[in-house]
Amino acid sequence: MRLDLLKILNEERAARRATVLITNTQSGEQRLVKGADIAGDALAEHLDAALRMGKSRSIEVDGQTYFLTVQAPPARIICIGAVHISQALAPMARLADFDLTIIDPRTAFATPERFPDVRLLAQWPQEVLPDLRLDRYTAVCLLTHDPKIDDPALIAALRAECFYIGALGSRKTHARRVERMMAEGFAEADLKRIHAPIGLDIGSVSPAEIAVSVIGEIIAALRKKPLRAEPKA
Amino acid sequence: MLASDDDILSRAEAWKGAGKGVAIATVIETWGSAPRPVGSHLIIDEDGNFLGSVSGGCVEGAVVAEAADVIADGKPRTIEFGVADETAWRVGLSCGGRIRVFVERVD
Repeated sequence: MRLDLLKILNEERAARRATVLITNTQSGEQRLVKGADIAGDALAEHLDAALRMGKSRSIEVDGQTYFLTVQAPPARIICIGAVHISQALAPMARLADFDLTIIDPRTAFATPERFPDVRLLAQWPQEVLPDLRLDRYTAVCLLTHDPKIDDPALIAALRAECFYIGALGSRKTHARRVERMMAEGFAEADLKRIHAPIGLDIGSVSPAEIAVSVIGEIIAALRKKPLRAEPKA
Repeated sequence: MLASDDDILSRAEAWKGAGKGVAIATVIETWGSAPRPVGSHLIIDEDGNFLGSVSGGCVEGAVVAEAADVIADGKPRTIEFGVADETAWRVGLSCGGRIRVFVERVD
């Protein structure tokens, strides 16, 4: 491996950016594709699939064997709202290997007693999200029911093209949310990416059951190709 | 302790930066119950120091030996373990799995 490629690989990983190193295992020839350049690459389909699974793998193209060293940033979940659902979501996220952060400026909700061993930020989303650097490997769950708290995070999540954005609330609540976002200049197509009401439709009742449906929906968004994803009813 | 394979690649860069000859070994294929997943790395320097793993310790010695040749001649190579009789390799994987390892020099 060329030292310059190794350096870029290490730099990109530190910056939480996706990268794939392509090695021809017969000739030893190598090249590196940064996440932002994948769409235009000849092997785009293979690279995208490997990144989505977050796994290195061998592929065969035109009789040549290539090894893809895949560096996908670990997927994160950011919950806006230190609410009951978030309390149930926290241990589930840990089990499923997601890196979880909970944000809620309401200090009565965001207490370490309610959220042991969770990264908890008792601040407004607009204060802390710039430092968290939302990206394609981040899921954002809006759980406060309060536009004052949820909306700034929603705007940031839409701009960052987060792989998953879910929002709690009835269809009526969501319709008003969509109107507010259109007023912010987002197109209808952008807003279709919001999963609302949040969670897979499994008839969840309790906060823990809703948390299961949310984790399930996040995993589906991460692992399934957009084209194969079933449209929400 | 270096936990992830990613940290290991950072260490490979550091070793090279310190003026050592360095090779990177990567598991590129597995069959059966291989102990370490595809993409796992072992890094080796010219003195035979190594970090990371490509198996549960079964074949590391052989990979380290091969890495010395790769560091010397710069030619990358792919080696397969686990089919003891059919290859020149005496070492096998006791778990019954097979792995293929790509070894390359950092240049």
